[in-house]
Amino acid sequence: MAMITADPKDVPQVASFSFTPEYMAKVEEQIAHYPPGRQASAVIAVLDLAQRQQGWLPRAAMNEVARLLEMAPIRVYEIATFYTMFQLRPKGKYLLQVCTTTPCWLRGSEAVMKACQHAADGETFSVQEVECLGGCVNAPVVQINDDFYEDLDEASMNKVLDALRRGETPKAGPQVDRQTSAPQGGLTTLKGE
Amino acid sequence: MLGDKDRIFTNLYGVHDWRLAGARTRGAWDNTKAILDKGVDWIIDEMKKSGLRGRGGAGFPTGMKWSFMPKEVKDRPHYLVVNADESEPGTCKDRDIMRHDPHLLIEGCLVAGFAMRAHAGYIYVRGEFYNEAQHLIAAIKEAYDAGLLGKNACGSGWDFDLYVHRGAGAYICGEETALLESLEGKKGMPRLKPPFPAGAGLYGCPTTVNNVESIAVAPTILRRGAAWFAGIGRPNNTGTKLFCISGHVNRPCNVEEEMGIPLRELIERHCGGVRGGWDNLLAVIPGGASVPLLPKSICDTVLMDFDSLRDQRSGLGTAAVIVMDKSTDVVKAIARLSYFYKHESCGQCTPCREGTGWMWRVMERMVTGNARLEEIDALEDVTKQVEGHTICALGDAAAWPIQGLIRHFRPEMERRIRARTEKLAAE
Repeated sequence: MAMITADPKDVPQVASFSFTPEYMAKVEEQIAHYPPGRQASAVIAVLDLAQRQQGWLPRAAMNEVARLLEMAPIRVYEIATFYTMFQLRPKGKYLLQVCTTTPCWLRGSEAVMKACQHAADGETFSVQEVECLGGCVNAPVVQINDDFYEDLDEASMNKVLDALRRGETPKAGPQVDRQTSAPQGGLTTLKGE
Repeated sequence: MLGDKDRIFTNLYGVHDWRLAGARTRGAWDNTKAILDKGVDWIIDEMKKSGLRGRGGAGFPTGMKWSFMPKEVKDRPHYLVVNADESEPGTCKDRDIMRHDPHLLIEGCLVAGFAMRAHAGYIYVRGEFYNEAQHLIAAIKEAYDAGLLGKNACGSGWDFDLYVHRGAGAYICGEETALLESLEGKKGMPRLKPPFPAGAGLYGCPTTVNNVESIAVAPTILRRGAAWFAGIGRPNNTGTKLFCISGHVNRPCNVEEEMGIPLRELIERHCGGVRGGWDNLLAVIPGGASVPLLPKSICDTVLMDFDSLRDQRSGLGTAAVIVMDKSTDVVKAIARLSYFYKHESCGQCTPCREGTGWMWRVMERMVTGNARLEEIDALEDVTKQVEGHTICALGDAAAWPIQGLIRHFRPEMERRIRARTEKLAAE
């Protein structure tokens, strides 16, 4: 458990936060998933929406979420600091979340991490070491914003980063010639025979 | 070897259409009403007879779990909760079900929800699986539009609503009571049991939490019959199973195979063998990060099922097979897992909060041999003090990989300590 605070002192906070009408509609849709009086269940979803709108999660957004869900602000800060996907400081346009847990490490995540650290400038790219992303048969895996890039090595990682720098959207998934989680080079099951 | 005709996940790799039209051609939603018409007792009895054991790691019989729900709905509604917080290192099977065959899971939710008298279900998907959750949400919408979910689902007379709930990055939420806390909008900190979720779960109501794979196989079992499923595998270890094979194999992959398949056959048939050949194998973690590793001598013959692996003092867990060849720094591989558990401890129980950090720091010293020989015993002793002394099994999960390492690779740990001591003495 690292010490994480909802209001990092070195981060300039925003003065106020409110959801746009489009995001507000999504907020209401999320709240409707739960029984009356159980709107706190939507806190993760609503914080995620705030983060998507703002790009990160300032204290003002947490307070607005607390107000909307009728929760004490401290209960929302607890959530925002407990779950690792909430970004409590501004980040680059692309967040590179590099998995280095054992299955990725066995397949060379150290080299992939180096490539990402080399690219990280805080504006286009921010980099974060993360724990198992759940794509282990396609290791090493890097999550870039919402997408998984898989079967990476240093060269293919750099190719993906170069494409992103050029404003392109490189194809997510395996970066080798492979159908999702199937064995590379040909199926051993489900061959349709 | 399991034939394709006995495979449940026929779109495991996403070669075909994952949407409703595609799922129907593969047999999903085929007269689901007829299954529900047979009634709750028949469904639970068939599930029991099939021998299905929970696919989330613990291997508890699924039919029996469903039968723990109250027989009548009283003042509190019943809930089905599906654990799709797949985060056990090595494991990536539920991801394939959600992105490539979401309708198998959704149909399973209706059947399971009906069997436990629940009118609502939540699927708790780990936050990182954003695209997988989008497939699931789209597939649920298709099911509503086709009358398969919602009021009078499938024309059965049973109302059933299903929702996707995304997490936000916390391994601990894969523990069922932490998951329920998280679903209620709190930090994912496990609850003391009892009360068990079947008595007081989500919002204090009767709840059953099942793994994605356990739920997704249910409709096929009920269609083809318990005897079919029970006829695959070995007694008490029946059916088919999704295996995830990662690490030092030539072709890592997910594959659906028969329970009890020999580990060596699994690796050689589907993964092109161990990198550098079978003799280049050092060790295998057979069931996800939390189970003790096995040295090659055991891997030569062990069968991949609950009982065979338990007999080797390891476990099937989530059937996530992490293969390490002889180039692996095995102490470092386990130390990295120790870091994982330190990172993911929720901090609620002292033995886990303090113990995971302590064990990790000692493991880091073991990597370089910066320790005294007797510290190996001290480390093992601490793992025993953490194990069984915490609210949930995360403490156990942090202890077991280290115990496995000491059990099978103690000479390697001692060698490092001696080598470093000798080097320092020579300088």
